[in-house]
Amino acid sequence: MLLAVLSGFILAMFAPSLKHFFGYRAGWLLAILPAAIFVYFLSQYDQVMANKAIFEYHPWIPSIGINLTFYLDGISLLFALLISGIGTFIMIYAGGYLKGHVHLGRFYAFMLMFMASMLGVVLSSNLMALFVFWELTSVTSFLLIGFDHLRKAARRAALQALIVTGFGGLAMLAGFVILSASTGTFEMVDLLQYGNAIKDMDLYFVVLILILLGAFTKSAQFPFHFWLPNAMEAPTPVSAYLHSATMVKAGIYLMMRMYPILGDTVEWSIILGAFGGFTLLAGVFIAIRQTDLKLMLAYTTMASLGLLTMLLGAGGEGAIEGAVLYLLAHSLFKGGLFMVAGTIYHEAGTLDITKLGGLWAKMPITFVAAMLAALSMGGILPLVGFVAKESLYHALISGDPLALILLVVAIIGNAFMFAIGFAVALKPMLGKIGDTPKAAQEGSIMLWLGPLTLGLCGLAAGFGITYLGQSIIHNAISSIGNANAGTNLHLWAGFNTPLMLSLLTMALGAIIYMLFDRMRNFADAVLNWIGWGPDKGFDQFMAGLLYLSQIVTNRLQTGQLRSYLRSTFILLALVIWLPMIAYDAFPTIDFGALTIPTFSEAGILTVAVIGLYAILVARSRLTSIVSLGVVGFAVAMLFMLFGAPDLSYTQFMVETLSVVILALVMTRLHLDKADQKTGLEAVVATVVAVAVGSGLTLLLLKVMETQLDMKLSDFFIKFSATLAHGHNIVNVILVDFRALDTLGEISVVMTTGVVILALINLRPKGQNKAKNKPENASENAPKNAPKTLEESGQ
Amino acid sequence: MNTVIFRTIAPALTALMVLFSLFVLLRGHNEPGGGFIGGLIAASAMALYGISSGVQAVRRALYFHPITMAGFGVLLAAASGIPSYINQVPFLSGIWWKLPLGNGQYFDLSTPMIFDIGVWFVVVGAITAIMLTLEEAD
Repeated sequence: MLLAVLSGFILAMFAPSLKHFFGYRAGWLLAILPAAIFVYFLSQYDQVMANKAIFEYHPWIPSIGINLTFYLDGISLLFALLISGIGTFIMIYAGGYLKGHVHLGRFYAFMLMFMASMLGVVLSSNLMALFVFWELTSVTSFLLIGFDHLRKAARRAALQALIVTGFGGLAMLAGFVILSASTGTFEMVDLLQYGNAIKDMDLYFVVLILILLGAFTKSAQFPFHFWLPNAMEAPTPVSAYLHSATMVKAGIYLMMRMYPILGDTVEWSIILGAFGGFTLLAGVFIAIRQTDLKLMLAYTTMASLGLLTMLLGAGGEGAIEGAVLYLLAHSLFKGGLFMVAGTIYHEAGTLDITKLGGLWAKMPITFVAAMLAALSMGGILPLVGFVAKESLYHALISGDPLALILLVVAIIGNAFMFAIGFAVALKPMLGKIGDTPKAAQEGSIMLWLGPLTLGLCGLAAGFGITYLGQSIIHNAISSIGNANAGTNLHLWAGFNTPLMLSLLTMALGAIIYMLFDRMRNFADAVLNWIGWGPDKGFDQFMAGLLYLSQIVTNRLQTGQLRSYLRSTFILLALVIWLPMIAYDAFPTIDFGALTIPTFSEAGILTVAVIGLYAILVARSRLTSIVSLGVVGFAVAMLFMLFGAPDLSYTQFMVETLSVVILALVMTRLHLDKADQKTGLEAVVATVVAVAVGSGLTLLLLKVMETQLDMKLSDFFIKFSATLAHGHNIVNVILVDFRALDTLGEISVVMTTGVVILALINLRPKGQNKAKNKPENASENAPKNAPKTLEESGQ
Repeated sequence: MNTVIFRTIAPALTALMVLFSLFVLLRGHNEPGGGFIGGLIAASAMALYGISSGVQAVRRALYFHPITMAGFGVLLAAASGIPSYINQVPFLSGIWWKLPLGNGQYFDLSTPMIFDIGVWFVVVGAITAIMLTLEEAD
């Protein structure tokens, strides 16, 4: 299973070169992977049936319980099949849709990574692994939505999706952490065994809210729905995939997965029922206002997700059954409809429903695919959408008041979706031939294969529902809740209440379809009247955030090195002095035990003091820098005297180089030669310097009083020669015992070098030029004559 | 300071310092020295050469861009951990080979030495890169 998840990431690396060799036809080739994954999961079916679940363990960070564990049960299997199955056709479709696009290879790579991340989400048992894959879907969908990165709208949509779903992901992470802290495990498998214990936890409500935030943002529930329609900026294959099997379904998956762990409580029912129901109604209402095919579909996705959430909130075996069936039906018809919309755009050059018309004769295959999808979306016999709708109506006729409200909401929502589905599928196809930018004709096989197959799958699933109900659907439902549910599904269940409700839905839907234009004007007027929406709120929030950060930045970042250093040192002084005063932890200095320094020590100290004095009285900065070097040299000499030659050598070299580099920086920045401090600044600087210096001295004396733990030192002394064949312990520690630390350090050194180079070289031309050397400002070409330190430092 | 004497003697001094830095680098396992110190000495040598003969001369002499050397150093240091994978010991464990030199003598080759050479490259590369860029006329 590990390979099935990770192969997408691996193949993504080679996708651009495959595209290079095979052009847009690489889509056929790359589709083999999702197809193979589909077959793989299908082959696991018998085992899942027999053992109920497959568990696979790969250690990752076992010491803290984070591992790559995969868990394949009924619901994971259904999702995995949908992701890989629809993914196969999306890959092919993308080849046809983006034929000739320069970055098609990159697109394939993103798509494959996206698919692999999504598979990871639905298969992970470890909550941390699930979180990582969850965030990977956010990141890859960011790349996909912003694929057309030259357009501002695409960039905004991508960023919006990332921020909204990323925020939800972080909330979910917090929920996971609390959950695992209370139960002691990160494994979903273990959590599923807990039963009701988690629901009785004190923190249950907090966990529930946090995890639902993750699910709601991902599944575009109101008020987090706005990123989904904006994500239409992505190329159509992305939308088709995003809306059918992946991304938004991740939230639904999480809610289904958490249902046995967190679900079926009062809080759960109310939150999911309310938000789901409202999302459903809001979705269809905004959808009917749109004239853009893709946007209409996008808002119906939002509505469908609301419906699914609502069903999960209602709970009980019937509602779960309805949710699983609707999930399957929705994946098939929405993927198909999006691909149809994409094909229409590809061939006719517009998505405006008021301009399109009469395409059926020119695009017969697309027309058939569109009809199959719309029939399923409308819930008409004999497609799988019909069974799903019957099933969910059946579940909601239980008589209790909450379910009754949800039933009414579901009927209204479904009626609208019926109308919108047919509007999307029929309006461009029937009627007069519209005035489109391009003369439409049937797309290539790559374009119609996907939607047609998904449509036929919807048809086949309708006819084979009895078999599916006993096998894969049954398995999916039983892994969420009841073990017996779903076994007696029939395409035709006789004349019963759900059928009557279905007929009512269709009748309502037909009325809405006929009054479509009037409904659109009405919805438009209402929404214009409301004016403000979460999408605008998002912009306002981001603008406010930027404004706030600007205020803070302007306050803290003065751009003057001196003020940064001053704050740093003041903080350092406080950190040293405050605890010392608070805990009365001053070192006890035994003056009697002090010895008179030897002649050489005294000499070195004198040099250091002279150096210090020189720094303070120096007229020019250069003199100060050199004098600072003198002090450093004196310290290095002391190291030498006290038997630390390595340290001493390093100190010598560092001092030398610091002087050179400081002098270079100084000339580079064209500072004034002398340091001009005001009187107050000088006083502050003196106080800070004395406080830090004396504080550090006291701290070191205090440290010397404590008993040093010699365990490590003893170990190094003892084993440096025997284990590491070296007599220089310092060096042995650096390159052998602690080599990994050193590797980290040299990576930092290298990175710092790169960053400093970038900072120096990327400085905008003409800025920060000499105040006192205006003649240099016009010279941007590098000088040929060697400019030496000596010349510039004079 | 930039006298004829300094300009004449600096290249020779630079060569000597680089040689010394290699000496310090290689003896580092048993005597004071090692990649860090050696690298600093070599970087000082480059600074000296830069002051006396100009940035272009140093760049020509180095042939590679100094930041490339730093990158190579990290790569070399990391690569010195590969033999530990082959020997199935923890990453970056020291591994020693005795290469016979004939006449009964041996040359000790070890992964810590390769690692230290990597450190040397990083220190020389990064510091020289910063210094030369700063020194270049804007």
